[in-house]
Amino acid sequence: MKNENIITQLSIFINNEPGRLAAVAGILKEFNIDVKGFNLAESTEFGILRAIVDDPDRAYDIIRSQGVIVKKTDVIGIAIRDSPGSFFEAADVLGKAGMNIDYGYAYSNKDFDFLFVRVDDAEKAAEVLKDAGIKLIEKSEI
Amino acid sequence: MYWNEKIECMPVEDLKKLQYQSFKALVSSLYGFNKFYHDRMKGAGVLPDDIRSLEDVQKLPFMYKEDLRNNYPTKMFNVPNTEIVRFHASSGTSGKPTVVGYTKNDLAYWTEALARSLTSIGIGSDDILQVSYGYGLFTGGLGLHYGAEKVGASVVPSSTGNTERQLELMQDLGVTAIACTPSYLIHMNTVAAKMGIDFRRDTCLKKAVLGAEPWTESMRSKVEGSMGIRAYDIYGTSEQAGPMFTECEERNGIHIAGDIMYTEILDPETGELLENGERGEMVVTMLKKEALPIIRFKIKDISSILKDECPCGRTSPRISRITGRADDMLIIRGINVFPSQIEYTLMRMPEIGEQYMIEVTRDGALDHMKIQVEIRPEVFSDKVSDMVSLRTRIESELKKYLDIAAVVELRAPGELPRFEGKAKRVIDKRVM
Repeated sequence: MKNENIITQLSIFINNEPGRLAAVAGILKEFNIDVKGFNLAESTEFGILRAIVDDPDRAYDIIRSQGVIVKKTDVIGIAIRDSPGSFFEAADVLGKAGMNIDYGYAYSNKDFDFLFVRVDDAEKAAEVLKDAGIKLIEKSEI
Repeated sequence: MYWNEKIECMPVEDLKKLQYQSFKALVSSLYGFNKFYHDRMKGAGVLPDDIRSLEDVQKLPFMYKEDLRNNYPTKMFNVPNTEIVRFHASSGTSGKPTVVGYTKNDLAYWTEALARSLTSIGIGSDDILQVSYGYGLFTGGLGLHYGAEKVGASVVPSSTGNTERQLELMQDLGVTAIACTPSYLIHMNTVAAKMGIDFRRDTCLKKAVLGAEPWTESMRSKVEGSMGIRAYDIYGTSEQAGPMFTECEERNGIHIAGDIMYTEILDPETGELLENGERGEMVVTMLKKEALPIIRFKIKDISSILKDECPCGRTSPRISRITGRADDMLIIRGINVFPSQIEYTLMRMPEIGEQYMIEVTRDGALDHMKIQVEIRPEVFSDKVSDMVSLRTRIESELKKYLDIAAVVELRAPGELPRFEGKAKRVIDKRVM
């Protein structure tokens, strides 16, 4: 069975120029791609848009067909309680397991707050966190 | 296979004798009838009688591109208008345009040179050659057209543009060879990929004759690898007639028909004649020209004459790949840089596509060079750190090979300009 805790993120390469993000957003609108959460990282001349979307496989095919560079990346969503120390627990578990968090960004649904994190081995990170009793979001909960 | 074995394989000493005789006749006639060159020889204190050997040619004064501009359009022509059967004109990218003219004999030797060249790379009556050079004032289209007809190839005169249609024709007619600029072939390859055309599977294309802009060995391996063809370099500018000389099957240097053009390689600093094998500035004399004399013309191309005999049997001298134009040379913080060297360095890196742009600016007294490259989709990473380290690696390669500090910018595929004619990849924004 596929791991329900491994979430597919779309990573999109965007040149850092006025109108480029709008062009990608236009594709999302035109093809009715629902964005649940996203994060924008920037370097001097380019940016990387990371997005959690509805039906990532369909969205990937559409974005690719529009000539945009897009890639699928595995991430996991860690539940965070609205209290101090909550994020520490998860980060500490990963740190002790020798796993580095490359980047992360927050997301909320009606029940929980989550942090989507990118690690090198998402399967292993999910296992370690679950063993430590930390709740991970499932695909169906997004 | 030779087109004109007697001339192409003539003993070197005989060729030199022939060149000397042509020179002698040319100089006497110009001194007598061409005001421009008469005055220039007088100014240099040289008389036709001073030319007693091929070595004496070095006493003759140079001609420059500016001479053609200053005598625009036809003041330097050596024949009455009634003898002229065609004009071509340069686009004038580096100044006022220049006009060149041809008599019937001028067209004949140009076509003859191309017939020899095409035969040397195995293009003949069995071939269907698509000429995707621009037809018109540019010499490429019409030049290749008549050369190919001369050897009996079937010509598809498609000129530039409308690439989808060109690809359809190429498939439908079973085109076996194409002549175009290297950047246009790369453009075609990109368009073909989008249309789902695989050159190996869907076309009969075997050969490409590429020129009119500088390109490199690494670009050759890229197009050959991705399209399953053999690519050949062609050389010739409008002052010489047009594209006319190519590599042979050996693909080690371009054979220059010695009965048509005499080539000297000079030290760019001292003007001294260099030994074969040494790189320097090319100076050319067109030995058969009638309409527009070209004597010791400083063509501004950087090359060398290769030392060894060519295994193909042709004795005509070979020049090495043009590594840059003296005009194209960029001086960045006092270091000489040829765009072709930058291209060579970039093309060795598999992460980068074929297109790039170079921008030079000046901030106070400091030159800055920015190089934009297109990344290949498969090297894209969602981590900024991966992308930044790719960029740093490209920058350090440039530093290592060219000793220049350039800022590299990564672009998405398809973002940089494509060129259907002459590629203009250098933007120099410095005000000198």
